[in-house]
Amino acid sequence: MPKVIKNVGCPYCGCSCDDVEVTVSDDGKHVLEVKNVCAIGTEIFMHGGDREGRIRLPRMRQEDGTFKDVSFEEATDFMAKTLLKAKKPLMYGFGSTNCEGQAAAARVMERAGGMLDNCASICHGSSFLAIFDNGYPSCTLGEVKNRADVIVYWGSNPAHAHPRHMSRYSIFPRGYFSGKGHKGKTVIVVDPRFTDTARVADHVLQVRQGHDYDLFCAFRMVLHGHADDIPDVVANIPKEKILEVAEILKNARFVNIFFGMGLCHSDGRNHNIDIAISMTRDINQFTKCTIMAMRGHYNIAGPGQVWSWVFGFPYCLDLTKKNMAHMNPGETSSVDLAMRDEVDAFVNIGTDAGAHFPIPAVQHLKKHPFITIDPSVNMASEISDLHVPVKICGVDDGGIVYRMDNVPIQFRQVVNAPDGVPSDEEFLDGVYERMVELEGEKFDE
Amino acid sequence: MSEMIIKNGFVFDPLAGIKGEKKDIGIKDGKIVDASEVKKGKEIDASGKTVMAGGVDIHTHVVGPKVNVGRLMRPEDKLFRSRTKERNTRMQMGFAVPSTYATGYAYARMGYAYVNEAAMPPLHSPHVHEEIRDTPILDISAMPVMGNNWFQMEYLKQGEIENNAAYTAWLLRATKGIGIKCVNPGGTEAWGWGMNCLTIHDPVPYFDITPAEIVKGQIQTNEFLGLPHSLHVHGNNLGNPGSAETTLDTLKLAEGITTNNKFGREQVLHNTHLQFHSYGGTGWGDFESASQKMMDYVNKQKNISFDVGFVTLDETTTMTADGPFEYHLNHLNHLKWANVDVELETAAGVVPFVYDKNSKVCDIQWAIGLELALLAKDHMKCHLTTDHPNAGPFTRYPRVIKWLMSKQARDELLHSFKYADKVIDATIIESMDRELDLYEIAQMTRAGTAKCLGISNMYGGLTPGMNANVAIYDLNPEDMPKDPEMIESAFSRAAYMIKDGVVVVENGDVIATTPRKTIWTDAKYPLNELVERDIREKFLKYYTVELENYMVFDDHVYNTVPLEVESPAA
Repeated sequence: MPKVIKNVGCPYCGCSCDDVEVTVSDDGKHVLEVKNVCAIGTEIFMHGGDREGRIRLPRMRQEDGTFKDVSFEEATDFMAKTLLKAKKPLMYGFGSTNCEGQAAAARVMERAGGMLDNCASICHGSSFLAIFDNGYPSCTLGEVKNRADVIVYWGSNPAHAHPRHMSRYSIFPRGYFSGKGHKGKTVIVVDPRFTDTARVADHVLQVRQGHDYDLFCAFRMVLHGHADDIPDVVANIPKEKILEVAEILKNARFVNIFFGMGLCHSDGRNHNIDIAISMTRDINQFTKCTIMAMRGHYNIAGPGQVWSWVFGFPYCLDLTKKNMAHMNPGETSSVDLAMRDEVDAFVNIGTDAGAHFPIPAVQHLKKHPFITIDPSVNMASEISDLHVPVKICGVDDGGIVYRMDNVPIQFRQVVNAPDGVPSDEEFLDGVYERMVELEGEKFDE
Repeated sequence: MSEMIIKNGFVFDPLAGIKGEKKDIGIKDGKIVDASEVKKGKEIDASGKTVMAGGVDIHTHVVGPKVNVGRLMRPEDKLFRSRTKERNTRMQMGFAVPSTYATGYAYARMGYAYVNEAAMPPLHSPHVHEEIRDTPILDISAMPVMGNNWFQMEYLKQGEIENNAAYTAWLLRATKGIGIKCVNPGGTEAWGWGMNCLTIHDPVPYFDITPAEIVKGQIQTNEFLGLPHSLHVHGNNLGNPGSAETTLDTLKLAEGITTNNKFGREQVLHNTHLQFHSYGGTGWGDFESASQKMMDYVNKQKNISFDVGFVTLDETTTMTADGPFEYHLNHLNHLKWANVDVELETAAGVVPFVYDKNSKVCDIQWAIGLELALLAKDHMKCHLTTDHPNAGPFTRYPRVIKWLMSKQARDELLHSFKYADKVIDATIIESMDRELDLYEIAQMTRAGTAKCLGISNMYGGLTPGMNANVAIYDLNPEDMPKDPEMIESAFSRAAYMIKDGVVVVENGDVIATTPRKTIWTDAKYPLNELVERDIREKFLKYYTVELENYMVFDDHVYNTVPLEVESPAA
């Protein structure tokens, strides 16, 4: 009999929905059906387990350019030696793995004396810079569900990027103090494009591309009582509209502002987030207001958490001193390192640097040993010297992940990975042990 | 396992009433044994040194979500302020909010074996347990925050102690927590709407219950279940001039209630960081110490304990589940502000703060902490904490001990203040000659705290059968140093720290680690149908996490030691 497993966490976006129902085959090797999942999440589940075409052994590049299957022991040995030989190895990724894997990576790179970075480096890394300057007045998603009567999506498009966000957490659910659901909520979307999210909004502000900062300034002026001094049009938005929306924000019971990469990756970057946080503080003079980053992957908040408690910094870690961690985005961030050709060995894990890094950065990285640890074939794996397949967290591996509001969600394993395929944690622990064997002397924890 | 004997030290063990007698301590298989039982193994010469049990910190914030927010948002806390890695350690980063590795090693260097994380938002308990896994050497317990929990407010409003007890026991199991923590009762829920409860009679918006009813109901629940620790309260109106009045109102709620537990604790209410709650005056202009008034009351009560929360005059990072307080604090200093409201449960705020030696208010806060400890009659009920990192980092405990043991050290600092005259006018610190002795320090840092937490059968003492946690300090009680700095130095770098029978620190350096443990309370009181239905309903409708994923999976809790308790009322 096929088995139904409930309360399963979804390994797609920062919503980290944990209400998925998965039907698995008798032998526990295949996913047959999934419920409560968006289209993208469904695909990930269907790829899990012992499906046809899944990579089961590490693949090593040969001199003639082709891949050859090797054992996990050989892969472990190759990676350990590569890390030890390199002066400045970089391990990057972690959007798609569990916290246990991220902690294991921290052990490995601390010992290797290398650079350690996660996908935030090229997405919400700029938001971190604003948080360093201005803090982060936020809340959990249940607070939004139960209390919020005004929802702002600024530079984010959950209809496509976080498919169940609006129905699970923000606009549509009926919460304790928001029993009318959508009818009791005012939705404001600020975006240069008229997105599918904008279709459900009460107020759409099509801000001029790259001029979000101006609009924030205008709102802040109104909130501080200087409405008379703002121009008739700011960043394409008429003054009347700004006044109207400011009034909605002031008179709300509970406001939450969700911001995405439309803010942290358009002109202004961290300064946009900085002023968004300042506006959040301003609105608190009138009513309750919180702000939240729309994090992309289901556990991209994870490395920020894990490495903060291990090293004190969330990303862009320079561990090359071996006795102290250092962080300086721009200097120690992956793309900057790669563009300057400072890295002499690269490990891509739980992401696809091949698809997301600028081509010149990848060209520099390719001059040196290039390793990918990922269950799937992707652009990075296809240009790698070594591709190591691992379990898929949330499908063939459990563990803890951090949702976009930094709430830890416990993920379950639903199917068995192909025989012998390790989790990220298991593989990295093996690499660590091999480094100890090669170098001698282990430091305890 | 190994055997070990510690010879000829001056032993201070208040749980056994030992006051600096020369005594040998035996260790076998990770436990204390009678010295005569040790036949072989390592011998540590403790001649001319002070021997105490491993320290037990009753209230600190070292693991969990708000601590990590503090780490994450303050890269400047690492810059030039981190220790370099030692040969047998991981990297150690951070000063006011150290990394987990830095935390474990730093406590061990000071001779501590056990810490109690005083605020675990239940929804975030897997995070707390992940950090416990990565904190070396220390045994750790964590207290779920409940003062603004919707279940509790609803049950207590109806006077349903049994239902509240059933829910509380379930929550302790779900989160692997040790006891009931209550922060700004009602006020933090009010913060969900940007409001607060500043007195114990301010009604909580919508829930129509008062902080007084919450505190009283939680004390009753705690005794109904017979939990190892008492209710652990951070009351309303923290940190404001005049907070002493609110605090006395809160403490009076415990009058007439007796304990009902098998763990040896005598208090029904533990008031944490009493320093922040002992303020007189009506504003920052006439801000003054109310320590005398506070201790006049506390010294008379048998069923109250407290820890101090000493201000150490450092730059630090404040963090508390008192969400509205952090918002108001941010209005005082305009630095960065983080906030996390947690659905149905609690909130938290984080704000960096500089306790400036040139600020009259900060200096008065410093004096109030010391006054409370110097006025206390029973140091088994008065504990040494800095509410780390709120009033100062825990790494300043040795400095606090120096101030408590030396009037000279206090006076030198007091008279160096820019506004010394104003501080002297607003406090009584200058008139106090009392100097605590090593026995009282042992009471404040291990014996009393272990007893109040209900773990004095395992921690805080050196009786055979207890965990072999022993701290040896380079202090000779018969020849105490004239220079108070030597006291601080001795407590900063233990000559030896032995954890579960393993020497982890020697001459102040970390040389090894041991497997640490997670202590929690397994209250056997069962769920009834009504409470079970309430839990299912609230998870279905109002939480954003599934009930089956909310309870910490066993795999995610590190090395557990449950304290099993049958409800005496059942």
